[in-house]
Amino acid sequence: MTVAIRVIPCLDVDAGRVVKGVNFADLRDAGDPVELAHRYDRAGADELTFLDVTASSGNRETTFDVVARTAEEVFIPLTVGGGVREISDVDRLLRYGADKASINTAAVARPSVIDEITGHFGAQVLVLSLDARRTRDDSTPSGFEVTTYGGRKGTGIDAVAWAKEAADRGVGEILLNSIDADGTKEGFDLELIRAVRAAVGVPLIASGGAGKPEHFPPAVQAGADAVLAASVFHFGPTDAIAQVKAAIRDAGFPVR
Amino acid sequence: MSARTVTVLDYGSGNVRSVVRALEHVGADVVLSAEPDDVLNADGLLVPGVGAFAAVMKGLKDVDALRMIGRRVAGGRPVLGICVGLQVLFDEGVEHGVRTPGMGEWPGTVERLQADVVPHMGWNTVQAPEDTVLFDGIGDERFYFVHSYGVQDWRFDVTQPAMKPPQVTWAEHGTPFIAAVENGPLSATQFHPEKSGDAGAQLLRNWIEGMR
Repeated sequence: MTVAIRVIPCLDVDAGRVVKGVNFADLRDAGDPVELAHRYDRAGADELTFLDVTASSGNRETTFDVVARTAEEVFIPLTVGGGVREISDVDRLLRYGADKASINTAAVARPSVIDEITGHFGAQVLVLSLDARRTRDDSTPSGFEVTTYGGRKGTGIDAVAWAKEAADRGVGEILLNSIDADGTKEGFDLELIRAVRAAVGVPLIASGGAGKPEHFPPAVQAGADAVLAASVFHFGPTDAIAQVKAAIRDAGFPVR
Repeated sequence: MSARTVTVLDYGSGNVRSVVRALEHVGADVVLSAEPDDVLNADGLLVPGVGAFAAVMKGLKDVDALRMIGRRVAGGRPVLGICVGLQVLFDEGVEHGVRTPGMGEWPGTVERLQADVVPHMGWNTVQAPEDTVLFDGIGDERFYFVHSYGVQDWRFDVTQPAMKPPQVTWAEHGTPFIAAVENGPLSATQFHPEKSGDAGAQLLRNWIEGMR
């Protein structure tokens, strides 16, 4: 009787279309986020995350439409990130059918926005998206620093201290992405997961570096409550979610 | 038979679109409203709730929902509370040391969960009683929870023979807590059936089919 480890596919959405695409031959339209959301729901995804990478704010309307159409048909939790800066952004996403919003750069720039959003909607609505990378010169106490703009810009802020501050301010969970591991397909940054796990008592979603099902159980062992990945699911075998869940289950952790 | 009508109480509480769609998905005729006619006359009333206990109570009072819920229950007409919509049916809630009176339909206090990781977020198992209506035919499926507070102590006075004790479903996160209550016309779930995939759809179907 314990809560299951959540397996979460992440879709990058640009102007209403999935970027980078997927390789499922049987999809009518591999670029349609709604069809993919359906697909992942049926495949056993515990939750879905859309990351809106749309550059121009004018095209964000299409993302709201995607969120609405997904929420109409898929009855599992939906998190949407990208472009969230203030209460009104979260309010809008919720109205369109999102269950949670994730915030990244805007919270680093102005941490009190976390208090404002969670004070208004509750802790459960806000996910702190934390892009962390290792520092070369030990310039932060934990050896990890916060980056913004998708890992392109270092901030000099200690990643573990920031995770703790965000949790204290009220975020409901933390999506911890390793910039170093991201894209390597060589496994999660377990040290990073352990360090943040030791500092916060909110749920922790591990992200970055997964290349095969065997990579997931060590992340859970290191303290992740949920695991998020993109390419493993988009370009892996069609039963990739089931394989990841089987690996986690075989390691002794509960899955749905 | 025509579709059952369900009013989802509209009082500014979070993502109600999913609730509306999930109910439509299982065949209900749904309106989102706080108008007395809609709230009182629908076959079923669904009371959603996210956020702080005190804020939800205030929101309910502002649309005169406490009186309308009371009238429905007194008349034996189905009401289903979800998440904080379950919590406010108990005696009181305690958040950050502040005690807020609830609707007092059931005995108990809503308090912060005692677990290593809070909020309790994700899919968990439940233990339903044998004579359940809501969980009928659902088996061992998991449901989606998102909450930091819960009722961890149930003290219903079973010495009153005139009252049939409510059926209580339990779940566990750190400690056992109440996941659902079925009490004649008044039911509630701490988890979100509208976000619980096929299992949640079946629960909503069970609720709707149980309406007389």
